[in-house]
Amino acid sequence: MKLTVNGKAQDVAATTLAALLAELEYEGRWLATAHNGELVRAAERGECRLAEGDRIEILSPMQGG
Amino acid sequence: MLSLYGRQLSSRLLLGTAQYPSPAVLADAVRASKTEVVTVSLRREMAGGQTGGQFWSLIEQLGVAVLPNTAGCHSVKEAVTTAHMARELLDTNWIKLEVIGNHDTLQPDVFGLVEAARILSGDGFAVFPYTTDDLVVAERLLEAGCQVLMPWCAPIGSAKGPLNIDALRTLRGHFADVPLVVDAGLGRPSHAAAVMELGFDAVLLNTAVAKAGDPVAMASAFGKAVEAGHEAFLAGMLEPRDMAVPSTPVIGKAVFS
Repeated sequence: MKLTVNGKAQDVAATTLAALLAELEYEGRWLATAHNGELVRAAERGECRLAEGDRIEILSPMQGG
Repeated sequence: MLSLYGRQLSSRLLLGTAQYPSPAVLADAVRASKTEVVTVSLRREMAGGQTGGQFWSLIEQLGVAVLPNTAGCHSVKEAVTTAHMARELLDTNWIKLEVIGNHDTLQPDVFGLVEAARILSGDGFAVFPYTTDDLVVAERLLEAGCQVLMPWCAPIGSAKGPLNIDALRTLRGHFADVPLVVDAGLGRPSHAAAVMELGFDAVLLNTAVAKAGDPVAMASAFGKAVEAGHEAFLAGMLEPRDMAVPSTPVIGKAVFS
């Protein structure tokens, strides 16, 4: 399935957001996720079904002013 | 004591965490400034979740409150989603709300800002809006639910210092009971002291410290300037006078001729 993850085209096997994070080797509690522009809480990632062309953002806290 | 959304703070300096030469210098600058609030952003994690984790453990060690921002957001939707992601991740309802309207000046889109402030206030956020020094926009932000206002004094990172003292005075005069934080445009400690002397409650700055020759020393200097400016405001300053007035008593002066 083709997705856009953090602005980059990715071809993945995962069908849920939780599986996508595992497939792309993201781990740790300092990740915030959005699916097509909407927040997906950490606890809800297992139920977040992915579809062709979805846009995923994976963010973490960084330096800022 | 300064109170922002019910949190009591003894330092009136809020410090950004970007652009420091190293994480160690950032940590030392935060300590030297005596700040109790630092701003952070949310950015795309490219290293499997490790970059953010490392940065966050550094911030946690500093023992300060965190004010996440929506820096770089150009639409209401982006800013609102970023705020919700920050709240989920950082376990705070504080949000420094930025909705940028112009690439060159990084001027806030005040129309989008008011709309986003209304949505986020309704969602239970404590909104710190990065705004211009416009009085009517400030009124709209308060109506939208903001209990703190953060007007710029010059464009972000410009180091120009207060460009429109009259507008800042007007804001202070109109909103006597609203915490007002000058955010953006401060270049040197005297700028910070100048706005604190006007009666502003606090300042938020980043580049002026992070890009100084010695960021740790500059953080300390800003901390002192903010405190001095606030103390001077409370002490009541002498207004400028047109003519000279001798400070030494005239009575009792010797006459030699």
